[in-house]
Amino acid sequence: MSAQPKLKKVFDRPQCLKDVPYHYCPGCHHGVIHRLLAEQIDNFGLRGKTLGAASVGCSVLIYDYFDVDIVEAPHGRAAAVATGLKRARPDSFVFTYQGDGDLAAIGTAEIVHAANRGENITVVFVNNAVFGMTGGQMAPTTLEGQVTTTSPYGRSAAEAGLPIRVTEMLSTLEGTAYAARVAVDNIKNLKKAKAALKRAVTYQQKGWGFSFVEFLSSCPTNWKMTPEEANARVGKEMADYFPLGVYKDVRAN
Amino acid sequence: MSKVEVVSERCKGCGLCVLACPKKNLSLGDEYNAQGYAYVKFSSDGKCTGCSFCAELCPDMALRVYKQEKK
Ligand SMILES: Cc1ncc(C[n+]2csc(CCOP(=O)(O)OP(=O)(O)O)c2C)c(N)n1
Ligand code: SF4
Ligand code: SF4
Ligand code: SF4
Ligand SMILES: [Mg+2]
Repeated sequence: MSAQPKLKKVFDRPQCLKDVPYHYCPGCHHGVIHRLLAEQIDNFGLRGKTLGAASVGCSVLIYDYFDVDIVEAPHGRAAAVATGLKRARPDSFVFTYQGDGDLAAIGTAEIVHAANRGENITVVFVNNAVFGMTGGQMAPTTLEGQVTTTSPYGRSAAEAGLPIRVTEMLSTLEGTAYAARVAVDNIKNLKKAKAALKRAVTYQQKGWGFSFVEFLSSCPTNWKMTPEEANARVGKEMADYFPLGVYKDVRAN
Repeated sequence: MSKVEVVSERCKGCGLCVLACPKKNLSLGDEYNAQGYAYVKFSSDGKCTGCSFCAELCPDMALRVYKQEKK
């Protein structure tokens, strides 16, 4: 046998994600978003002191994937549960992981007031423009004209209003210290997403206040698209209406 | 040469890594895993650089990347 070249492993799963298969549909971005959060928990060495607040939606089972302590919040209440966790255990790293149906519909009050109080927590918001888990109903973030099971002729602005831009809305609150919108549809955006999550974790670790990262995410199943088509929609239609970028970074130099 | 290992039982055949690879080293195969997905195949013909774009964008962590160390 000829001499083998020296190979170095440069990519492997993060330590704080259990080595089990996800239940997510093929091409669903939830999987990548979990991994990016897990990487930061590893990078900051927070595995033993992390408390998560899970939400209701396709990511309801994140306690099966993250090897950290997680409390299952009632639908929409993750930011309120996280408030309690952080106040009771201020030395912990506390995050929520919430879908758009969870955070921007039933949980609107909880997220607005947690942000406004400037709770020192980190919120990961996964906007896939539908209620994924329950079969693709219209969410407050569904695009105008988007066909869903409850908007079979496309979302009508006259009947349902236009989609809520949550990151922009929360950025107006004095209590919000960091807010960004990112995507994981290509490598360039994924790198920015990593940087935003890192910054959000830094905010909490330094006690700088409420940090929020919105991910534009795909739902190939309920969008009735292939993973490739759904991935493309994130970068085009979704990012057109929900522009990517850092909206607030109060500690920026 | 750098290389990618496919954890075939974790692959769901979504094809996102195929899109991500600038060197076209990945393609969907015609062999199925126990989950019933036709998993992706790696071929180093396209000279893998070990950039990890494929693995970074794989939702299911089905790829491991080994980069050739510089001499
Ligand atoms: C109190 C209550 N009302 C309604 C439901 C039904 N329900 C389950 S998940 C969900 C919405 C999930 O959508 P989203 O938060 O966007 O998560 P996704 O599945 O899209 O990731 C709803 C309405 C529930 N479980 N509990
Ligand atoms: S239904 Fe949509 S959000 Fe839920 S796992 Fe499938 S693709 Fe992902
Ligand atoms: S590491 Fe880079 S070059 Fe190699 S297969 Fe993956 S994307 Fe292609
Ligand atoms: S991105 Fe991952 S799950 Fe999708 S085809 Fe490639 S290896 Fe398989
Ligand atoms: Mg959703």
